Amino acid sequence: MTTTNETTDETTEAYRRTVSFGLDDAPHVIQGPSRTRSLAANVLPPLVLGILLIGGWYLISYVMLDESRRFLLEPPHAVLQVGFLDWDNFSEILQGLWSSTKVALTGLVIAILIGFSLAILMSQSKLFERAIFPYMVTLQAIPILAIVPLISFWWGTGQRSRVVVCIIISLFPIIVNTLFGLQSAERGMHDLFTLHGAGRGTRLRKLMFPAALPAIFAGLRISAGLSVIGAIVGDFFFGRGDIGIGQLLRRYANQLDGEQLLAAVMMSSVLGVTVFQLFGWIQNRAIGKWYDPAGV
Amino acid sequence: MSAGPTTQATLSFDGIGMTFPDGTEALRDIGFAVDRGEFVTVVGPSGCGKSTLLKIASGLLEPTAGTVSVDRERIGYVFQDATLLHWRTVMGNVELFAELHAISKADRRTLAQNAIDLVGLTGFEDHYPKSLSGGMKMRASLARTLTLSPPVFLFDEPFGAVDEITREHLNEETQQLFQREGFAGLFITHSIGEAVFMSTKVLVMSARPGRIVAEFDVPFDYPRHPDLRFDPDFAKLSGEVSRELRGSHS
Ligand SMILES: Nc1ncnc2c1ncn2[C@@H]1O[C@H](COP(=O)(O)OP(=O)(O)OP(=O)(O)O)[C@@H](O)[C@H]1O
Ligand SMILES: [Mg+2]
Repeated sequence: MTTTNETTDETTEAYRRTVSFGLDDAPHVIQGPSRTRSLAANVLPPLVLGILLIGGWYLISYVMLDESRRFLLEPPHAVLQVGFLDWDNFSEILQGLWSSTKVALTGLVIAILIGFSLAILMSQSKLFERAIFPYMVTLQAIPILAIVPLISFWWGTGQRSRVVVCIIISLFPIIVNTLFGLQSAERGMHDLFTLHGAGRGTRLRKLMFPAALPAIFAGLRISAGLSVIGAIVGDFFFGRGDIGIGQLLRRYANQLDGEQLLAAVMMSSVLGVTVFQLFGWIQNRAIGKWYDPAGV
Repeated sequence: MSAGPTTQATLSFDGIGMTFPDGTEALRDIGFAVDRGEFVTVVGPSGCGKSTLLKIASGLLEPTAGTVSVDRERIGYVFQDATLLHWRTVMGNVELFAELHAISKADRRTLAQNAIDLVGLTGFEDHYPKSLSGGMKMRASLARTLTLSPPVFLFDEPFGAVDEITREHLNEETQQLFQREGFAGLFITHSIGEAVFMSTKVLVMSARPGRIVAEFDVPFDYPRHPDLRFDPDFAKLSGEVSRELRGSHS
């Protein structure tokens, strides 16, 4: 149902977007006539802040740092020239990004397969849920850095180990959200399926799974971001094999290549944002038509 | 009102008692029958066990005493909430039951379209529930149940959440459906007007544990016109039901 109090200030709006699994073009969130106004209201503040930040950056580079220490924070145009516009440097970063992206996506896909299977199993049997859940929480609680040596101990320092890091880091949100989603179908809907003699499989396919989709997508978005982090962290620590963005970050830092280091950091962030947006887009395509974040 | 000869009725309760595991006694010694062509409405104070009675009729709950006899193969049960699946369009929702009963795709579509036309939702087949009003959702929920042409129709305060005008419309339409389909109807409501307007018989239930404390035959002919609500006989009967209901609160 549509909410009538459209006089939302930015914070409630932002809050609602978070609780509504980030589905951002649900019809009632942004409405026709206010669209242009809200575009200005949405674009101007970050733009102004961005300009201020760049100004501050110049201030630090040129006023606060003397020439011998300027490598700590090279000015924006130097980063642009050396990190982005020099094709040799930039293509190196892009290749590293691509390598890390492949690792992150592979890990994510495997985590999705494992996560869905476990969540479905847990949704079908309280016994499984009770048995598995504590271990999931434990796994989630292990700091990824603590487990990296163990992973390299078992699987070496190659591509495979990086994928394992991605799986471990992204598995938990998928399981928790999928399980929560599968259990979110209303009691009355279950009663309908019971009344008309639906079996377990039918109930899962036609009721529990579709009801779970909003939560599943919320989990996927979190996990996709985590998986990118996992790929970079893994690459950074294993430091061998196919060169990903993690190894580049380490090398630039060691060689005091401030411009390239900053460019690599920015591109990592771009990758994270892209993946997050990509899943948001998929989510909108998949459930935007029917999903009402305000609840029905 | 007792069993025995009425066991041939489409739906009959005999000595039904329900005590929940936590000790709440919701129903005590309920016995009545509803046959095809009868539309029986139960009114009673909140929490007296009306929903419990329908759950028992449908088989969702097992009574702790007594027996129900009904053909559960194609039971129609309209809940208080429309309980539409958010991810299905009106058409998809209306097709659901036929789908669960493994009716072929083509037949299902025909059944659903007929039901949609019948409840006046033509043109909204492709709408998702989030874009429907409360009354339209309830219509879709009715249509979904109609696809099965159930011989027994259970209604649990289906119009409690819609506004007065919509409710009167839906009352009229339900009454027409009943006339057309001739099902055995068991309807729950808080509204005495609604009860008297649609039913062939009104039962008054006592506060918990719920028992049937009064029974009124409603003599008006079908089809019933909305103006019936302003008829003196209608007012008189409603008054009597109301008096019983107040007495049952104790
Ligand atoms: N699963 C349950 N366990 C314990 N008590 C229950 C359970 N379900 C219902 N009850 C109790 O049984 C009584 C009857 O409940 P029921 O829902 O049938 O009432 P109702 O007449 O439909 O009320 P309303 O008019 O408010 O819908 C209530 O006191 C309720 O608290
Ligand atoms: Mg009830």
